[in-house]
Amino acid sequence: MSVFKMLFEAAPSATSLHYLGGRLKALHSNSYVKLSQYWDQHFWRDNEEQEKLLKKSCTLYVGNLSFYATEEQIYELFSKSGDIKKIIMGLDKMKKTAYGFCFVEYYSRADAENAVQYINGMCLDDRIICTDWDAGFKESRQCGRGHSGGQMRDDYHQDYDAGRGGYGKLARTCEW
Amino acid sequence: MIRQLKESLKANNYNEAVYLVRFLSDLVNCHVIAAPSMVAMFENFVSVTQEEDVPQVRRDWYVYAFLSSLPWVGKELYEKKDAEMDRIFANTESYLKRRQKTHVPMLQVWTAEKPHPQEEYLDCLWAQIQKLKKDRWQERHILRPYLAFDSILCEALQHNLPPFTPPPHTEDSVYPMPRVIFRMFDYTDDPEGPVMPGSHSVERFVIEENLHCIVKSHWKERKTCAAQLVSYPGKNKIPLNYHIVEVIFAELFQLPAPPHIDVMYTTLLIELCKLQPGSLPQVLAQATEMLYMRLDTMNTTCVDRFINWFSHHLSNFQFRWSWEDWSDCLTQDPESPKPKFVREVLEKCMRLSYHQRILDIVPPTFSALCPANPTCIYKYGDESSNSLPGHSVALCLAVAFKSKATNDEIFSILKDVPNPNQDDDDDEGFSFNPLKIEVFVQTLLHLAAKSFSHSFSALAKFHEVFKTLAESDEGKLHVLRVMFEVWRNHPQMIAVLVDKMIRTQIVDCAAVANWIFSSELSRDFTRLFVWEILHSTIRKMNKHVLKIQKELEEAKEKLARQHKRRSDDDDRSSDRKDGALEEQIERLQEKVESAQSEQKNLFLVIFQRFIMILTEHLVRCETDGTSVLTPWYKNCIERLQQIFLQHHQIIQQYMVTLENLLFTAELDPHILAVFQQFCALQA
Repeated sequence: MSVFKMLFEAAPSATSLHYLGGRLKALHSNSYVKLSQYWDQHFWRDNEEQEKLLKKSCTLYVGNLSFYATEEQIYELFSKSGDIKKIIMGLDKMKKTAYGFCFVEYYSRADAENAVQYINGMCLDDRIICTDWDAGFKESRQCGRGHSGGQMRDDYHQDYDAGRGGYGKLARTCEW
Repeated sequence: MIRQLKESLKANNYNEAVYLVRFLSDLVNCHVIAAPSMVAMFENFVSVTQEEDVPQVRRDWYVYAFLSSLPWVGKELYEKKDAEMDRIFANTESYLKRRQKTHVPMLQVWTAEKPHPQEEYLDCLWAQIQKLKKDRWQERHILRPYLAFDSILCEALQHNLPPFTPPPHTEDSVYPMPRVIFRMFDYTDDPEGPVMPGSHSVERFVIEENLHCIVKSHWKERKTCAAQLVSYPGKNKIPLNYHIVEVIFAELFQLPAPPHIDVMYTTLLIELCKLQPGSLPQVLAQATEMLYMRLDTMNTTCVDRFINWFSHHLSNFQFRWSWEDWSDCLTQDPESPKPKFVREVLEKCMRLSYHQRILDIVPPTFSALCPANPTCIYKYGDESSNSLPGHSVALCLAVAFKSKATNDEIFSILKDVPNPNQDDDDDEGFSFNPLKIEVFVQTLLHLAAKSFSHSFSALAKFHEVFKTLAESDEGKLHVLRVMFEVWRNHPQMIAVLVDKMIRTQIVDCAAVANWIFSSELSRDFTRLFVWEILHSTIRKMNKHVLKIQKELEEAKEKLARQHKRRSDDDDRSSDRKDGALEEQIERLQEKVESAQSEQKNLFLVIFQRFIMILTEHLVRCETDGTSVLTPWYKNCIERLQQIFLQHHQIIQQYMVTLENLLFTAELDPHILAVFQQFCALQA
């Protein structure tokens, strides 16, 4: 057995591993930035088109915000990964008040990727927020699509979430 | 592999080159490469120190590549070729003694030598290797799997490395920046656990190298990175959490800049806290405490990063902290580093939450350090403002704005505003009129105060009025002044408004620079938000230049492709197409030149203003007989350093102008020293 082969199979020191790792895909993976399972059904009939846009997008959907999260807080947090071009707060379709989600658009894709890698899954206003790629902002996407004007998730959740108006809408309407 | 090494060096890929050299060294340990040929290669490396007319950083790298491989292969090389090695050693030592170290103060995180000296990286490595030599090359930390196979390996055929000549220095060669080794812990900080290797022990070097390597490999995936760090082999023999925290802070505080984006370190530390909830948070708290204690001598740029890190970190833990432990800052001069730090941290915490929350999280004794409620200040708002000039116009404007007036309607309301600067208006009608700017900007910003989006809409809707009022340089400055008066309680709003005004070309970068150094801002001159605005402004300028340069390159390439196609097809009709493209290239060329000139001017303005205020301070201290080293002075001179460090690549282009025009020999030595340190960085 060649000496080289033996070296590859033994546990190398971290520095040799780095050299080998330059050739190993695992150490260059960027799994945080991959697309999620969400497809926007209302606006794009063609998933392939949507996927292309998502891979170039500089816009993020941000979810699980408290209803009290302000534009200022979102600006401060998301500025840590780069210059923000625009923030569009999500609104209740009927009341037009802030409703726990927003869109953040960056000038560069790299800055948006940094947000997905380092701001996704961290806290804002004591809640762990989540981000997802968005194919691009179009008018009326800032309104929730839930039946009562908010987001779908707020129609259904059974538990009490003080930051999102208490019990889910459907659960509430069922209460006498 | 030797070819790969040469290619990496030519491509300025020094990280890869160092790993290649180490890998080759390990191959010597495996008896794959003959030791004498490795010694010969190192001889060639160290002979670079004899080269003349090359940057010191070039010689430094070759010495570093040699020394940093010795923990791996020193023993083997010394056993086979001790005389030659001694010679190489002597050459290295004499080089290290004669190399200049002017750049060191600029790169140190702390200016104090206690409790741990902040050593230049080659000095530290030399001390570590000398100790290793004295210990007869006994090194127990590196994994050496080949030892288990020694009996087979030593029978294998050995190869000689081909002779290696370091690629020559070229104009395009860019060598790694020198570094200062960051040390914050020693064995006394963890009395109960395993002993931390000393600062000059080779174990310390190897552990730190390995941990930095893990971060370098996995920084894009924070969970993997954290997992790899905490499962470091041999972790039971060392206080691993202390090493990890020290290595992460070393990167975060590295000057000129951290290797990776700042926010990565925040999330990495939080992932580590999640993985080791019983041990790591305590080490992190201990580290925070130590950093706080040593704020007095910490470089201002590093303090900025400490503020940003700590406030963001706290926001993930409901802002829980034992603020009372820091009550000592309450009795100090509010401009000194500790109270300043706490004030800035609380301001940043407020940006991530809200004003009342901050009042709630600190003890009542800290209320003096709490940020102001970020409300808008409208001068025409109350009864007493009736007597102010322009008051009636302001009311008129307010009504107009609320009824969705157009730009033209606003212009006609403003036409009647008298100009306090002159008795009669020019024929132009819209020369610099500070009162017009005042009533317009105050009223509009006040009405749009509800949120950033409202303010941005206002700027967009009345862009035409803004552009006209701010046409002159004085106009631009006044717009910024008035905006600052309205929003002085809300630094975050000021920052986003300045950003938008630059992007929509209501003001230009030079106006922002002049505004920052103006007397209106002198009270807030040492506050963090001011410098964030200035550096953001410079970055926008730099990005703008790059963007137009790219457009020009693309147009040139398009033309070249068209020419090639024409010579291939022999098509005469594309002459006309060429003309349009050539015109576009000419226009872009002009645009690039104008942008580059604006960029250079921005830096010159900034340096000039720094020199002016610093000289003023130094002269005043000399006449009064007081000490130069006030907190303000330390802050200001380090802000000047920060300009050089954060934008060093661009500034390198202006060295000749700076030397001849601004940083001349007549300048006060305190200020000139900063420039000299900067020159030494790539000298």
